[in-house]
Amino acid sequence: MLITRKAEFSASHICRLDSLSETENREIFGEESHPNGHGHNYILEVSVEGEVDPVTGMVMNLKELKDILEKEIVEPMDHRFLNREVPPFDKVVPTTANLAREIWRRLENQFPARLALARVRLYETADLFVDVTP
Amino acid sequence: MTTLTRLYRFSASHRLHAPTLSAAENISLFGKCNNPFGHGHNYILEVTVAGEPDAVSGLVIPISRLDRLVEDKILRLFSNRYINLDVAQFADLVPTTENVTHVIANLLKREWRNHMGESTVRIAKVRVEETGRNSCETCVN
Repeated sequence: MLITRKAEFSASHICRLDSLSETENREIFGEESHPNGHGHNYILEVSVEGEVDPVTGMVMNLKELKDILEKEIVEPMDHRFLNREVPPFDKVVPTTANLAREIWRRLENQFPARLALARVRLYETADLFVDVTP
Repeated sequence: MTTLTRLYRFSASHRLHAPTLSAAENISLFGKCNNPFGHGHNYILEVTVAGEPDAVSGLVIPISRLDRLVEDKILRLFSNRYINLDVAQFADLVPTTENVTHVIANLLKREWRNHMGESTVRIAKVRVEETGRNSCETCVN
């Protein structure tokens, strides 16, 4: 069974490669490449898979999941400039796909053996999201 | 696996009517959607692509490239149109959510290779929401 918890954080970023020309950056990243950066209200949905505990009736205490998301993701990323303040985005372009995969990496070892991270869904806007699954 | 999903919106009208059925059967089957003058919806189209983010750019696909394909091949056909009369594929096909999804998936699949060239990214899923309570999705192989 899957349970899903949602979290939100707001952050700024720039998607551009210094090795490319302005025209190439515009072609590949569009408005996301504007050199001064811009921000989003990211919405994160994290799904955890496991059996329902017969005593508690829960796959996982949602408060614990909330605390993990808060500590591992929201606290380090909320109200930050990702390229400057959140590694590895000083070296890696913080596209939605790279950010979702970094969130997966930060979360995948946070759960006890009876639970498994099943899906990370990251909305950059209401019209664009990335899913990472095993 | 990493997938990226982009949402698009278009408004269109349609009428659900199967010409091989009687008037009474059509009303019984399609209800209000059989209204002879048609009616409209604000459709939401979700296109999901699958692939590894490019090692340099971090992109599964440049969004503008996906947008151009969907705008050229889908939105231009459907947006602000009467699907039954204006979209050739529905000359003999009832424009249910299922058939709209199926037609859009086939159009995207057919155009994918021409548009994407050597890119290994593939189209994975098409989902069409006719109203907030009614949607259809199909996996694209």
